Amino acid sequence: MFDFLGIPPQALFGQLLLGLINGSFYAMLSLGLAVIFGLLNIINFTHGAQYMMGAFGAYFLLQYLGLSYWWALVISPLVVGLTGVIVERLMLKHLYKLDHLYGLLLTFGLALITEGLFRNEFGSSGQPYRIPEQLLGGNNLGFMFLPNYRAWVVVASLTVCLATWYVIERTKLGSYLRAATENPTLVQAFGINVPRMITLTYGFGVALAGFAGVLAAPIYQVAPQMGSNLIIVVFAVVVIGGMGSIMGSILTGFGLGVIEGLTKVFYPEASNTVIFVIMALVLLVKPAGLFGRTT
Amino acid sequence: MVSPGYTIGSATTTSATPRHQVIAFIGMAVFFLVAPFFIYPVFLMKALCFALFACAFNLLIGYVGLLSFGHAMFLGSAGYISAHAAKVWGFPPELAILSGTATAAALGLISGALAIRRQGIYFAMITLALAQMIYFFCLQAKFTGGEDGIQQVPRGVLFGFIDLRNDLTMYFVVLAIFLAGFLLIFRIIHSPFGQILKAIRENEPRAISLGYKTDHYKLIAFVLSATLAGLAGSTKAIVFQLASLTDVNWPMSGEVVLITLLGGLGTIFGPVVGAFVLISLEHYLAQLGAWVTIVQGIIFVICVLTFRRGIVGEIARLIKRPL
Repeated sequence: MFDFLGIPPQALFGQLLLGLINGSFYAMLSLGLAVIFGLLNIINFTHGAQYMMGAFGAYFLLQYLGLSYWWALVISPLVVGLTGVIVERLMLKHLYKLDHLYGLLLTFGLALITEGLFRNEFGSSGQPYRIPEQLLGGNNLGFMFLPNYRAWVVVASLTVCLATWYVIERTKLGSYLRAATENPTLVQAFGINVPRMITLTYGFGVALAGFAGVLAAPIYQVAPQMGSNLIIVVFAVVVIGGMGSIMGSILTGFGLGVIEGLTKVFYPEASNTVIFVIMALVLLVKPAGLFGRTT
Repeated sequence: MVSPGYTIGSATTTSATPRHQVIAFIGMAVFFLVAPFFIYPVFLMKALCFALFACAFNLLIGYVGLLSFGHAMFLGSAGYISAHAAKVWGFPPELAILSGTATAAALGLISGALAIRRQGIYFAMITLALAQMIYFFCLQAKFTGGEDGIQQVPRGVLFGFIDLRNDLTMYFVVLAIFLAGFLLIFRIIHSPFGQILKAIRENEPRAISLGYKTDHYKLIAFVLSATLAGLAGSTKAIVFQLASLTDVNWPMSGEVVLITLLGGLGTIFGPVVGAFVLISLEHYLAQLGAWVTIVQGIIFVICVLTFRRGIVGEIARLIKRPL
């Protein structure tokens, strides 16, 4: 076997895979944020809490209804998305005419409430969630051991991200969505129900967070605070990528996950902060973000 | 979707110091002079530190329209430096507080220069991310004591003859610091500099077209706000003889937003009222654990949906004068 700068390949590729996994979550969450921001002009601070709700959804379904991981993968995002639709109808829709910052404050408040309620019920310790039988075990690739579940997470996340990109950039529905992002009044004048589209977009973005939560449940422990630290990193990812482009969000998410993984190998002390440092550098060089449009 | 109908903190616009604001200020000062004889001074000191912190935050959101979601980094890092200076270096309290405040100013200069490169929501996300970076730094650095923080910081003897171990003496020192900070902000807001800040808040492109280098003004305002937040943090560390991760973590950044929102964004007295209301509330809810977070969240939601002017903003509307 070869050594790379004195790092054993198992450690290098192991961290690379972990980085890719983290990148999958960054990509899915920043994608959801970008889709919501595009149409609603709101930064959804509740995104982390909704990701946590997705994971808890999977846990509840297994614990109380005996429904497997695969059912959870469908039902949990739908339920989380539905709560998103309710929140949009009851609260967010009153804020569109105000300063965008109020949307941030409201969703921050909702995140506090959600996290507080779950912490009241489950404490700060995590609940374990086991990997589904079909994805147990793994393959030895010669240079590293690849657990099946981790491979599945990367593939599932890539599929969902690319499907979202396809729908938004290549279908008629997506063209309505992009048009409404540019000029909602005009699109409404063409007889398209823009308010309903906004509601469903928010629901979709939130469901994406819930889906990420279900994927995360067997990897990380299902804990009330699992979303709050993640969401701040995702904000930095969004600043780095800029929210102008869907593909940009996906690429930035995966790329930064990998960079973070590599940092863990070469300079572990900085692994928590490397994304924030990159954000600072990007702000110096290209303030609009790597894929952003200057506004 | 976007109309400029209601910008954050557009409640006050007058320039000269109106008489009712002076009256309100005297009322506030008298209340604080008498209060420690009726209310537990340690509680009052906590509220005053948070009030100064919120006033500093309000200078940005209320008068420049910049929402910083990372102000905990100034409060917390200043607290650490001030505690470290007093405990390890054996600095007297005035120098400890000064070094903490200077640290916050320097941090404000660096983070401000980065954050003002973007506006609006991005500004909030950038400040939040930078603050999280500082949090991780404080978590890992040796001198901060990690999860334990810096404990048993000596209060010391101010200027060599004022012994701060007495709570009442400490209280009047904190009050003096708070009033100095408050008056400075009061002065800034009513100065020509403050008028330009408001112009940037209302319409930045127009301020630029009038020839103002808005980035300079935003950066100066950011540094001022960071410095005063640092002053609050340094003082807090000396008062409670403790610097911990709580003060530098993101919920603290959220808390100062909530205090200011509840009291009234862009009102001079709002942050003070908000701090007293919220700190009292947390005092009574403390034994309920996670409910504190839930109640904070609920207040956020109610304020944003139905109570955007905040307590002082509503009073100002009733008496038809800016407060």
